[in-house]
Amino acid sequence: MEGKVAHDWRLRGQRYRLEGEECPHCKAKIFPPRDICPECKRPAKEPYRLSGRGEVYTFSTLNSAPEGFENYTPYTVALVKLEEGPMITAQLTDVAPEDVRIGMPVEMVTRKLRAQGDEGTIIYGYKFRPTGLGHAH
Amino acid sequence: MAERWTMHPQRPVGIIGYGSYVPMYRLPNTEISRIWGSGDEGGPIKEKAVAGLDEDTITISIEAARNALSRAGIDPEDIRAVWVGSESHPYAVKPSSTVVAEAIGTSPFHLAADLEFACKAGTEALQAAIGLVGAGMAEYAMAIGADTAQGRPGDALEYTAACGGTAFIVGPAEEALAILRGSLSFVSDTPDFWRRAYQHYPSHGGRFTGEPAYFHHIQSAADALMGEMGLEAKDFTYAIFHQPNVKFPQRVGKRLGFTKEQLEPGLISNIIGNTYAGAAITGFSATLDIAKPGDRILMVSFGSGAGSDASVWEVTEALEERRHKAPLVADYIARRVEIDYGLYVRYRSKILVK
Repeated sequence: MEGKVAHDWRLRGQRYRLEGEECPHCKAKIFPPRDICPECKRPAKEPYRLSGRGEVYTFSTLNSAPEGFENYTPYTVALVKLEEGPMITAQLTDVAPEDVRIGMPVEMVTRKLRAQGDEGTIIYGYKFRPTGLGHAH
Repeated sequence: MAERWTMHPQRPVGIIGYGSYVPMYRLPNTEISRIWGSGDEGGPIKEKAVAGLDEDTITISIEAARNALSRAGIDPEDIRAVWVGSESHPYAVKPSSTVVAEAIGTSPFHLAADLEFACKAGTEALQAAIGLVGAGMAEYAMAIGADTAQGRPGDALEYTAACGGTAFIVGPAEEALAILRGSLSFVSDTPDFWRRAYQHYPSHGGRFTGEPAYFHHIQSAADALMGEMGLEAKDFTYAIFHQPNVKFPQRVGKRLGFTKEQLEPGLISNIIGNTYAGAAITGFSATLDIAKPGDRILMVSFGSGAGSDASVWEVTEALEERRHKAPLVADYIARRVEIDYGLYVRYRSKILVK
């Protein structure tokens, strides 16, 4: 449990605010942050906050969830293509699985991802919902 | 009348950004009376807002805070306090405010704390933010009131206990979209509603929540503030009172001399329910959504236990240019997915699954 707390804590910037990196050499936007640019393979450590706007590239609805997510079924996981370029995997929220479409514009929201049982921490992070009430910036 | 109880900051302050959030699910009162009442007789309101499975006071606060930031247009690193008032903080020990602050991208150099005073924790946070900015200790401070209110299944409160919240950024008056003209607070030890440690649902004093609690505190606060400031009901464009239902704010408004029209824009409990610490301030937010420069607004909250914060605001030109930089309360009200009692007990974790 303690090791998990430290792991989640390290990820709070990217989970809460979509904080990635910008490559100082080729200006590629990087998410999740990995300190090496996947485009030009050079060091890239400059923090960069992504807008949270993107569109659904593809998706799948889960009826049988992995441990910790059982309470949320059925839910949809999507590959979201962000407007700055990176593709990220995230749950969709505030939308019925049957209403999800490829190409649907979405925006980032911060939601509860799961809780570590009744006594552990509650993990918050990014999900995406259909665009329309946008405060993504 | 000389001012004795009315408070003024050392320098003029106001609201430079505001934002609300209301979850999309709605439970009609007829669904609750279908299960617990005698048929299709309805209840005190039409329907209430219910949070989804992945929402809580922290996520509601984050959405409201981001909307307030969009309207304020300031760098979040310039915020020196993030205070979240709620009676449904997700943790018993561990602040909600630090999660909210990290999510909106503040610098670590700021105050953060959670406040609790039943339904007036949000306006308490606002009073504290006024004090901090008004004393010159900070340029900007954020005050939030949000709740995912609990109601015991079958209890009278279940008809109205709802989810939602609103955030304000307080700053210098010259940047404000609504300038504070005066405020005061009126509290006493009146046990009309409470929840003991480790209890899941609150208890209340039934009819005792009316005259000695809600009406006494709101009327005392409003009378003192208006009297000391030399204002009458007719001097206000709008008034917002804590709204545990529709009847109470209408009745207290009438007693204080306000018309139905003055209350109308900010009286939203019929369609979203009682959002507790978010209730009066979300009504205020809905009123700012339609207010015009020069309008004078009275807001009086009420929190059980018991107390009221009353404040007088004057709208500036800045409101009209900032209003549409974030969704209106009406936009959230229009985003509506009706659920039945079965989904409601699932979303609000009222069934034991392990």
